[in-house]
Amino acid sequence: MADFNIAAVLTPEVALAAMALILLAIGLLIPPSARKGMMPLTAFSLIGVLSYTLYDFFYNPKTSFLNGLYWHDQFAVYFKILFLAAALLVVLSSGGYIQKIPKYRGEFYSLILTATLGMMLMAGAGEFIAMYIGLELMTISFYILVAYLSDNPRSSEAGIKYLVLGATSSAILLYGISLIYGLTGSTQFSEVASGIGATFSPASFLATVFILAGLGFKISLVPFHFWAPDIYEGAPTPVTAFLAIASKAAAFAALIRVYLLTMNSQAFSATGQTLLVVLASLTMILGNLMAIPQTNIKRLLAYSSVAQAGYLMVGIIAESAAGVRGVLFYAMIYVFANMGAFAVATHVSEKQGSDEIRDFAGLARRSPLAAVVMTASLLSLAGIPPLAGFVGKFYLFSAVMGKGYTAIAYIGFVMSMVSVYYYLLVVKVMFLGEGEDLPDVPVHGATKFTMLFSFIITIAIGLYPTPLAQMAIAAAQSLVP
Amino acid sequence: MSSALPSGGSFLLPFILGAPLLAMFVIVFMPKDETKMIKIIAAMGTFVAMALSLFAFFAYDRSLGGMQFTLTIPWVPDLGVNLAFGVDGLSLPMLLLTNLIGFSSIYASWNMENRAKEFFVLLLILITGVMGTFIARDLFIFFLFYEIVVIPIYIMVIIWGSTKRVSKEYAGMKLTIYLLIGSAFLLVGMVALYLAAAKQGNPTFMFDQLAARQNLYSAPFQKAAFGLMLFGFGSLISMFPFHSWSPDGYAGAPTAVSMIHAGVLKKIGGYGLIRLGVYVLPLGAKYWAPVIAALAIANVLYAAFIALAQKDLKYVIGYSSVSHMGYVLIAIAALNPTSINGAVAMMFAHGVMSALIFSMIGFIYEKTHTRNIPDLGGLAHQMPRLAIGFIIGGMASLGLPSTVNFISEFTIFMGSIRVLPVQAILGIAGIIFTAVYTLRIIANVMFGPRRPEWDQLKDIRGPELVPLIVLGLVIFAAGIFPNILFGLVNSGVTSSGLQKVLETVSQAKMGGLF
Repeated sequence: MADFNIAAVLTPEVALAAMALILLAIGLLIPPSARKGMMPLTAFSLIGVLSYTLYDFFYNPKTSFLNGLYWHDQFAVYFKILFLAAALLVVLSSGGYIQKIPKYRGEFYSLILTATLGMMLMAGAGEFIAMYIGLELMTISFYILVAYLSDNPRSSEAGIKYLVLGATSSAILLYGISLIYGLTGSTQFSEVASGIGATFSPASFLATVFILAGLGFKISLVPFHFWAPDIYEGAPTPVTAFLAIASKAAAFAALIRVYLLTMNSQAFSATGQTLLVVLASLTMILGNLMAIPQTNIKRLLAYSSVAQAGYLMVGIIAESAAGVRGVLFYAMIYVFANMGAFAVATHVSEKQGSDEIRDFAGLARRSPLAAVVMTASLLSLAGIPPLAGFVGKFYLFSAVMGKGYTAIAYIGFVMSMVSVYYYLLVVKVMFLGEGEDLPDVPVHGATKFTMLFSFIITIAIGLYPTPLAQMAIAAAQSLVP
Repeated sequence: MSSALPSGGSFLLPFILGAPLLAMFVIVFMPKDETKMIKIIAAMGTFVAMALSLFAFFAYDRSLGGMQFTLTIPWVPDLGVNLAFGVDGLSLPMLLLTNLIGFSSIYASWNMENRAKEFFVLLLILITGVMGTFIARDLFIFFLFYEIVVIPIYIMVIIWGSTKRVSKEYAGMKLTIYLLIGSAFLLVGMVALYLAAAKQGNPTFMFDQLAARQNLYSAPFQKAAFGLMLFGFGSLISMFPFHSWSPDGYAGAPTAVSMIHAGVLKKIGGYGLIRLGVYVLPLGAKYWAPVIAALAIANVLYAAFIALAQKDLKYVIGYSSVSHMGYVLIAIAALNPTSINGAVAMMFAHGVMSALIFSMIGFIYEKTHTRNIPDLGGLAHQMPRLAIGFIIGGMASLGLPSTVNFISEFTIFMGSIRVLPVQAILGIAGIIFTAVYTLRIIANVMFGPRRPEWDQLKDIRGPELVPLIVLGLVIFAAGIFPNILFGLVNSGVTSSGLQKVLETVSQAKMGGLF
């Protein structure tokens, strides 16, 4: 019989949907001068949902909704924690930036919440249609958010680009799903896995490639990464942060479930494995190499996030609980490392109106905290100990080497050392440059909290990774025993 | 050794590690104009670390040998990482060396006024990182500490460095990239070793456990893994042809960084090759030994030749340190207890010597604003104390008897002459070139007619004398009473099962594996 236990499965989602609608109404009803209060309101509601989700992770049992349409396992809840934490940090660091926008309207925070809701649906989805609905909810929210600076041509251009490319990738994904449905007569992951059989057919091959392409667009896997730099550059900086961190993680959540539950050990497996190895290697190499000549911090972070997607793919290639654990661990620390970097970028862009790296000159003098947080975040992305990124990379690459893929580990380690080069160029500008004509930009309030929080978490997990590692293991084992 | 602590450990080493770290935190929260106070606190932190490591040096039970002052705390149980500290005869001299140089380097930077707060914060992080690598008994923790040092060095070189033949930005980036690319391959080797050791469950990173599981590593695996380690550690110890970061880096770096880098950081390469290469992968070491020996000769002779032609004082010492590392590599390649003794002692001796001479060059540059040898001359007239320090360093460099360097070089040649006769003789020939370039710079910089343009210079005094006194004392103390050092090193080499390891290697040779 159909189990219809909404309370056990969907509480955070329902709460978030309700909150999004309430915020939308409030934004319409209150006068513009009172809208300053919406940021704390959103932050508090996110903190509430986040606390419930943390409780959910440790104490509520694994269960499903409507016969596996939607799963409540630790894997999904782990990703929900990740999305909510990312949304919270983005909201906290965005207060000043968003209020400066001339046509500031109330729905910004509402859209952040609907995007988060979409991601949560993707993480929990047990079948293709539910996953697709989550994906579209997230993506459509992002179309609006990317183009939010409506009087800025760059932002509008980014919005249109994202709309066109995003719609195309959705179409490709849908085509893949329809092929799967045609082959197996089901859209549920578990039934698809048994129905697709061990025999190789061109249709199943095409379907898998299309699904990989559709999700690969979201995680900016090479060769589907071309949108990332332009859109990251044009979008408002907090939105860029959210796009780079959470939407990527959401696509990974969906990809892990689809790939490991459905495609694994099927006819496609061997071909798919080779394909993934090649794509992940290309992603790491191109992402890192193309980041080197960038002069705009957002473009630099865009290419760096492409490279990071490559590292995360490595964990999927391992096809094991250890690999999934690596992805989960790395995705979480990626949130904090990237959020630290983006909080500083948002702050500088708000105070100085520029995203060029040369305008970070002398930041070590003008705002020591921001410079230190930026340095630590970038080095964590590069995987330098004692910051969290090192442990994360160690998990990923030891998992894949354990399966015998040594070559990709070489590429990964060497490329992360290459990445140190362009990260250090930013560090150099901040510490060496004088920046005499630039203003002092001290950090206050929620932005300061975001920076300090990300910084402390990045160092703390790097020094003592055990608590997060245990959560990641529990989550990985709820999916791949 | 044993105590009532739950983990049955000693907290001496964490205290030594924590002292500079605590000083660093205090400095972080101080106003940046208080440069005098910042320096005093940095000096106090490193002094405590130095005093405690001297205590450890003499409290270590040499008859017992093995790892002492151990402390083991499970850190990441699922990976098998332990926060494990401990020192034996190999690592204790290195720990002492780090703290001697760390303490002296604070005083060598006593006149630093430009952004002093940031400078000393980074310097203390650097000292802590280097120290951590030597007291770690766990490969993961070892690597963690090793990589901590790379970034502070980069920032220090680009801010406080000097642009001479190459710009300081270039020098800093070159140094960083060389070390990081080396460490990328090292990481692959480390993960491979870790996975091979965990084949039968119970993953571990502990050095002794890794060494105890040698039966799990096949000969081809050992060769490949040692090759990776050789590349990583070889870049760090500036093995030819991966040495070119070293002279550029030292020339660009501020004095304190040159001292620590040439003095101890480089030695992590040699220490890693012995601790991880020879002990854990003896078959790999045996396979690569001829290669190491050949490259080591290139180090000794090639770098000495280049040092002859240099005009910049720091480049002379930079190339001389590459040349001296060749002796350490010959000793490692010879693979016998005597030569390994010599290698460890040589690392200690060269560390003290190069730190002393770099600090003296730092003072010369600070006072005369030039390091160009033709522009200098007759400095002994105006600055006799500085000249004494410079000459002590130079004499140690060319291995004058009664300095610790002589004993170390002698031991190395004793150990390697039977195994690698040709290389050892070529290496001894290298000493001649060392004498030539060392005496040349001493003669051209310190002696000669009095030059009136240096008459207003003040000799080193007060705090500036600390590096000269501390390091000069150590050079002669360990040179005249070598047993202070060698007794300890030897207890490390003999008690750590090296003999057994080397037997395994020679059996493998008889078995026709090679």
